[in-house]
Amino acid sequence: MANQIQYQYKEDNLLKSEPNKYQEKDLKSEEMLVNLGPQHPSTHGVLRLEIVTDGEIIRDVVPHLGYLHRCFEKHAESLPYNQTIPYVDRMDYLTAMNSEHAWAMGVEKMLGITDKIPKRVEYIRVLVAELNRMASHFVAVGTYAMDIGAFTPFLWMMRDREHIQRLLEWASGARMLYNYIWVGGLFYDLPVGFEDRCQQFVDYLRPKLDELKRLVIDNKIFVERTANIGVLPLDLAINYGVTGPMLRGSGLRYDLRKVDGYSVYPEIDFDVPVGEGLVGTKGDCWDRTYVRVLEIHESLKIIEQCIQKLKGEHKRTRDFDPQALVPKKIRPKAQEIYTRAENPKGELGFYFRADGKSDVPFRCKARSCCYVNLSIISELSKGSMIADLIAILGSIDIVLGEVDR
Amino acid sequence: MQFEDIINIIRQSCGDEVIQEVNELSSPKMIVINAEDLIQVAESLYSNESLFFDMLSCITGVDNGPEANTMEVIYNFYSIPFEHALMLKVVLPREKPVVASMVSIWKTADWHERETYDLLGIHFEGHPDLRRILLPADWEGHPLRKDYKHQEYYRGIKVEY
Repeated sequence: MANQIQYQYKEDNLLKSEPNKYQEKDLKSEEMLVNLGPQHPSTHGVLRLEIVTDGEIIRDVVPHLGYLHRCFEKHAESLPYNQTIPYVDRMDYLTAMNSEHAWAMGVEKMLGITDKIPKRVEYIRVLVAELNRMASHFVAVGTYAMDIGAFTPFLWMMRDREHIQRLLEWASGARMLYNYIWVGGLFYDLPVGFEDRCQQFVDYLRPKLDELKRLVIDNKIFVERTANIGVLPLDLAINYGVTGPMLRGSGLRYDLRKVDGYSVYPEIDFDVPVGEGLVGTKGDCWDRTYVRVLEIHESLKIIEQCIQKLKGEHKRTRDFDPQALVPKKIRPKAQEIYTRAENPKGELGFYFRADGKSDVPFRCKARSCCYVNLSIISELSKGSMIADLIAILGSIDIVLGEVDR
Repeated sequence: MQFEDIINIIRQSCGDEVIQEVNELSSPKMIVINAEDLIQVAESLYSNESLFFDMLSCITGVDNGPEANTMEVIYNFYSIPFEHALMLKVVLPREKPVVASMVSIWKTADWHERETYDLLGIHFEGHPDLRRILLPADWEGHPLRKDYKHQEYYRGIKVEY
């Protein structure tokens, strides 16, 4: 008897879940309320899309976020600046190096030591950040192909990403959450032989990228599923604050590495790829993926130039200490700054308020790219099919650690 | 365009008294305005052809604590074609923090303002859909306030485990 009572349906059980924006009574007779659960592998269970559908056509999408509760800002406001770096890693766990770089640059700017950082440190930072950018784009393209229904590209991308993870593990000791870039320097110099091994990896990857292009980008099924889907006009993208490959996919050549020219990027020769609408309309899902693949090529270019500099002009010396400038105590004078950097997924910004009296920021806000990029999904998917919603969500390339706060 | 030019254009289009304070030490440089003038200034920032701040990068809410008894909302604007930046600050009373919503001009303000409302309890007047975004709808309090005390139990589950 006890079991029967347990399995009885209680009406108010439903009320215990996060309330929907739409209720059954708001809907027209043909419409239906559907919950779309986790689809993209990086959204495992932490994003719910509430969809109002008419048959297979989507009328409205309401994203429900905030299931991770990592409390980044709360942590950042209770810890000294240098101790927050491990938490920055966990924001977008696929691009930890880039986020660390943005954080370190912001704190260095507050301390006024941006120009004093040794060139070798800067080149190593750019090298590891670009390696991480490629790893992120591998996941983006691989899992996107999996969203569309192909499994092989995912395995192939993961195989190549493994090499990057091993390289970064060799440098920092961790595979994903590195804590390698410190305020004022690095955790450690590159291990001996890293530059050669990195060059070998570049030579290995170049032909593999042609494989990737044939397997995914030029694939007829892939083109049919993504071209002319989720078209994002440029003015709408800017109005929604969308950045990164999504904005460039819509045809604007806007890259903070070029615009702000931070770190040593002005000394490096690379292009900013944009979507051109080769197979569909400019700014569709295919264009966004295409831009990511082209960016992997550009990252390879940057990495090769960094290796040349690190082996030539700024080569390893016996007395070089990457921690020489790392401050023992970080206490910036009272000020407010907003600092930003180009992450693989877009503009990562940090707002800092220092009160000049403590080592802990008075207020720290993270403007994360995934959070802002995701906000456009309702606009993009209205009027499309449910299957296309999966393609649109995948092409945004979100990591929920950064959507959450 | 220099910071002085931006200030001059704002003064020309919105009146001389609109800018309360100028802070050149922050990065990007900042102006402080009254909360009542926000929509007027924002509209001229967006539509003036020589300013053209088309990108609203970030909206930050700050709680200055019970002693100061004020809250602040800070906006970061960028102009993509002209490559200039501006930080804009509004100071609000802590008892009733209400400010006009920017959603009618920049759509990106939608989620930023919902987040600021969720975590700090600042209300945005004219926002089309001001609900909590990260926390559950029945959560008590706003966690980023300086005097925030979390509830002991949430739906029968101890919060501090």
